[in-house]
Amino acid sequence: MDFALDDQQRMVQEMVRSFAEDRLRPGAAERDRTGEFPHEIFEEMGELGLLGMFVPEEYGGAGMDLLSYLLAVEELARVDASVAVGMSVTNSVCCYPILTFGTEEQKRRYLPELASGRAIGGFMLTEPHAGSDAASLKTRYRDAGDHWVLDGSKAWITNAGVGRYFVCLATREPELGVRGISAFILDADQDGVIVDRPEAKMGLKSSRTAMVTLDGARVPKDAMLGEEGRGFRVALGTLDHSRLGIAAQAVGIAQAALEEALRYASERQQFGRPLIGHQAIAFRLAEMDTEIAAARALLWHAAWAAGQPGRHSRESARAKLYASEMANRVVGQALQVHGGYGYSREYTIERLYRDVRVTTIYEGTSEVQKLVISRALAELAGTLA
Amino acid sequence: MNCIVCMTHVPDTASIIKIGPDGKHIDESGIKWIVSPYDEYALEAALQLVEAQGGEVTVVCYGPARAEAGLRECLARGAHKAVHVVGGEETLGDSMAIAKVLAAAVKDREYDVVLCGVKGVGTDNSQVPQMLAELLDLPHVTNVTKLDVAEGTFTAEREVEGGVEVVESPLPAVVAATKGLNEPRYASLKGIMAAKRKPVEKVEVSALGLDEAALAGAEATYSVRALELPPAKEAGKVIQGEDDPKAAAAELARLLRDEAKVI
Ligand SMILES: Cc1cc2nc3c(=O)[nH]c(=O)nc-3n(C[C@H](O)[C@H](O)[C@H](O)COP(=O)(O)OP(=O)(O)OC[C@H]3O[C@@H](n4cnc5c(N)ncnc54)[C@H](O)[C@@H]3O)c2cc1C
Repeated sequence: MDFALDDQQRMVQEMVRSFAEDRLRPGAAERDRTGEFPHEIFEEMGELGLLGMFVPEEYGGAGMDLLSYLLAVEELARVDASVAVGMSVTNSVCCYPILTFGTEEQKRRYLPELASGRAIGGFMLTEPHAGSDAASLKTRYRDAGDHWVLDGSKAWITNAGVGRYFVCLATREPELGVRGISAFILDADQDGVIVDRPEAKMGLKSSRTAMVTLDGARVPKDAMLGEEGRGFRVALGTLDHSRLGIAAQAVGIAQAALEEALRYASERQQFGRPLIGHQAIAFRLAEMDTEIAAARALLWHAAWAAGQPGRHSRESARAKLYASEMANRVVGQALQVHGGYGYSREYTIERLYRDVRVTTIYEGTSEVQKLVISRALAELAGTLA
Repeated sequence: MNCIVCMTHVPDTASIIKIGPDGKHIDESGIKWIVSPYDEYALEAALQLVEAQGGEVTVVCYGPARAEAGLRECLARGAHKAVHVVGGEETLGDSMAIAKVLAAAVKDREYDVVLCGVKGVGTDNSQVPQMLAELLDLPHVTNVTKLDVAEGTFTAEREVEGGVEVVESPLPAVVAATKGLNEPRYASLKGIMAAKRKPVEKVEVSALGLDEAALAGAEATYSVRALELPPAKEAGKVIQGEDDPKAAAAELARLLRDEAKVI
């Protein structure tokens, strides 16, 4: 067992860290106030190869490994979680499924644009009445001869309005259940795709999230992703993978919170010494540090498991569950260390507190992660019995 | 246009420096090593020249085994080749020894310009580029903040006390870059992948016809007697002014004049 990063991974980590410090840090607080989507930052990330990290060179990407990607997400999230989520969504719920389930023509058609940042990507699974129970989705598709037509509503779509290509799940007939569901590569640049006003979110202010109405949206015949009726497997396979990105995002936010708390506790004096001189505070920091390290180790282990043959739903779910719950605890503790100042917009910790909240919700709530893990356990018990 | 960039691998400028047990070296444990920031300007200038005019960038480093990571970083940013002269632990800080090694490593290569950082962060001697130029019998310009290269000549702007000096010189030459020359690029992910396939040529000091033991011993021009940390900064003085701002302002003026002697 070797926990050392290799040269490539270390270089990615260092490059993204400097990029985040130089380019993201200066405007992060301002973007949190205005909610403005940072187009130039995404352009620059595209040029650096950060938007199509797994995409092999032949399709215009860098062909990086999963751990390099997770390191990049962590470094971005440490400085601006809104940018991190837009980046991770393009990589892991758009490029990844096209790469994994797409045909050769689909890869050639879509990946170069996504990997270079000329087009931002996204994923349309959730609907107003289908959240955790995603298989109950009602967006319909029908065969219109030389193309498919999609009708329905998609809720909470990250990158809606700024993205171009979305992996979109729809059903031929809701009665058919999961067997009716197919996946499509939807070009949002058309009249049939109507993006609602951005959601007024608690955090991740500069990440765009909106409801999308599909009203006779057209999809070319050859843009169905995977086989007809197998769309739900595309969705689940994608989420097993993409959850790790959210876990990395959570670790990055928690790391930032620890750094903020450590700085504040070293500077703020009470009862004649810096806060960190009070053991209650020092021990709190020690616990935060330990929890972050535990989550990161679990995440890296899950990344390793994802590279092994067989399924890795349980490992991914564990990492996402633990990292996101941990990050919420750690950020809460870090805010407590700031006292009243932590409750002020003047301090970064206040933004982190709002940004981290969603990590236990999207790409499967904590409860859903527990469903995944407990089902795997039950299956294991079944085989053992 | 072929460029050689001399790179030195230094402790991260954010590192907390501790002195090692011998009192003459820094304690290297826990230190993160980086490409010296001034060398990043040199590399960026070389990459831009080659992008505009064709040719290759070769990065040369005289340093211990760990310096290979710095060379890989330069390759990831776009340099074509790297030459690693392995060693340098005992000649650290001896600008003359370093210049001799670099001159020997560079002299038989094809180049139009040798670019260096104006100084290595940490030792901050600012001597290697000039010494290297003398040993190679080339003109040199240091502190360069602007560089225009034409056929066989170049024009450089260099920062001097209170102004800018514009220098014209024939090529080949040694140019030492400083802050302001350009904005160094990030290594792109494709660059990082490509760096794996690029060669790092390993060279022993002895293969250059030099004796490292002699450079560090009989021929040394520099020796470290002792290292000391700078004295801890004294706590700032706060003048309470809420009750009587006028008196506080007068006290501030007095301290600035009589104690700090800045006004
Ligand atoms: C900022 C943001 C961005 C998003 N981006 C996207 C996107 O790009 N694409 C996309 O498709 N979706 C996206 N989503 C949607 C997200 O994935 C869903 O919100 C999530 O899956 C939960 O669904 P829901 O909100 O409908 O909650 P519900 O499913 O209604 O859940 C409500 C609560 O009940 C719990 N619960 C539900 N079922 C069970 C059960 N069987 N057992 C125990 N507890 C249960 C849940 O855990 C939760 O606590 C985004 C959401 C947010 C907030």
